Amino acid sequence: MDVLAKFLQQLINGIHVGSIYALIALGYTMVYGIIKLINFAHGDIIMMGAYFTFVCIVTFNLPIGVALITPVILCLLSGILIERVAYKPLRNSPRLSALITAIGVSFLLENVFFKKFGQNPIPFPQIINPSPISLGPLQISRITFITVLISVLLMILLDLFIKKTKPGKAMRAVSEDPGAAQLMGINVNSTISLTFATGSALGAVGGILYSIAYPLIDPFMGVMPGLKAFVAAVLGGIGIIPGAMLGGFIMGIAESLTKGYISSQLADAVVFGILIVVLSLKPSGLLGKNVKEKV
Amino acid sequence: MLKVKNINVYYDAIHAIKDVSFKVNEGEIVTLIGANGAGKTTILHTVSGLMKAKSGEISFQKQKIDHLEAHKLLQLGIAHVPEGRRVFAEMTVQENLELGAFTKKDKKAIKRNFEMVYEKFPRLKERRKQIAGTLSGGEQQMLAIGRALMSEPKLLLMDEPSMGLAPILVQEIFNIIKEINAAGTTILLVEQNANMALSIAHRAYVLETGKVVLEGNAKDLLGNDEVRKAYLG
Ligand SMILES: Nc1ncnc2c1ncn2[C@@H]1O[C@H](COP(=O)(O)OP(=O)(O)OP(=O)(O)O)[C@@H](O)[C@H]1O
Ligand SMILES: [Mg+2]
Repeated sequence: MDVLAKFLQQLINGIHVGSIYALIALGYTMVYGIIKLINFAHGDIIMMGAYFTFVCIVTFNLPIGVALITPVILCLLSGILIERVAYKPLRNSPRLSALITAIGVSFLLENVFFKKFGQNPIPFPQIINPSPISLGPLQISRITFITVLISVLLMILLDLFIKKTKPGKAMRAVSEDPGAAQLMGINVNSTISLTFATGSALGAVGGILYSIAYPLIDPFMGVMPGLKAFVAAVLGGIGIIPGAMLGGFIMGIAESLTKGYISSQLADAVVFGILIVVLSLKPSGLLGKNVKEKV
Repeated sequence: MLKVKNINVYYDAIHAIKDVSFKVNEGEIVTLIGANGAGKTTILHTVSGLMKAKSGEISFQKQKIDHLEAHKLLQLGIAHVPEGRRVFAEMTVQENLELGAFTKKDKKAIKRNFEMVYEKFPRLKERRKQIAGTLSGGEQQMLAIGRALMSEPKLLLMDEPSMGLAPILVQEIFNIIKEINAAGTTILLVEQNANMALSIAHRAYVLETGKVVLEGNAKDLLGNDEVRKAYLG
């Protein structure tokens, strides 16, 4: 029983962090789907979400609801701004230029926050009471419960948004064929903005949830979860939304099981190892299509 | 209705369209014919705003449109059935048609247009839940045409609707084009299949390496020896 309980505990931890990776991975995959750009600055949106929340709560003492919504809105606007200023002018340039610009934006954001807040990690305020909820022999922390709940809820909402609403359908149309989408009267620029907005808002929520789980924030904190979420997106099939969700959970669970059974130091190696194995067997990712359908 | 005056279009250094002028009157079927690479697609892309002319003027119903972004043109009443169909392959037939009516707000009108398209193309109705990428070439062409009709265009631009289709289907598509025109939609048709295009069009322009080399009534061109030799085999 103990063995099983330990396994389940690790599994739950994995689902916890996996759901955060999944939220962040969605931003990578949606942006890639629509403009074929790996937005390296997305990891920094996580960090910005954390700092904005910190400032709202600690500096301005805003009521908790406002203090959680404001950072999401700020990140959403930052996402739109980054696209407009840094990526839009390069839309018809070679992809490498845009990629390098994305790395540049990432450095810029990290250094702006470094300058403002310094290098030392600062403690993130306690937002959720960590007292555990017991489910039989299992202890689930309230944080885990709420994180998974929020993430899954947002993923369901995103799925409905993309499948059922007009702007969601416009996003899919632009991802498939921007030219044909324009012929339908779809404004490609505003659809791309909407994609960045959605991805960045999800990234901000991911950043807040990540900081609740690991409550020390610093200007470079977005790099690792960003990288892992990116790997998750590639693992699931970059550009494919359910792929990002699946990839996120796989990454989180693999990481947690490795930490629990093998060693903490090896967790990252295992996670990236999985990516290499999957991609060598299926280069387009788990849910990716290997061959294009006839067009 | 549509007036194109002395447009010049470039792909970087390549001068693809040279001083081309033509017009389409309300109610007509006008065809642009020409061999591979003559510039037919480029002209349609320029009219629908996907490409910009370096010089020249395009107007639609007396309004200058050459500066407008592509997504604005549908609302003016210009729909485009692009070369190679370009249906949204990962979406269902129904979703493709919904996107055709993207700019329409009136729910009743959208419903009416769905019925109109499904009546014209019963095959699409049977397959409305099917993913468009799995349709046959002919069905995809019907979908591309149906999608354009969902916006109730005044002017329909069609780029080689017969491309890659079996002869029976080609006949069917051309019959449908005639029907659409008879119901009041003006049509600008681009074709390599000059015989077919001239047989349903009112007027035609012959393009050669980016220039209009001949124009006239479709019937006259069909009887013209030069045209016969060059394009009708
Ligand atoms: N993306 C491009 N870049 C550079 N040149 C291009 C591009 N697209 C077309 N061209 C050139 O412009 C000219 C006109 O091409 P266009 O596609 O308009 O011809 P078309 O008449 O539609 O031919 P087809 O019957 O084969 O469809 C051709 O010489 C072609 O090589
Ligand atoms: Mg062409």
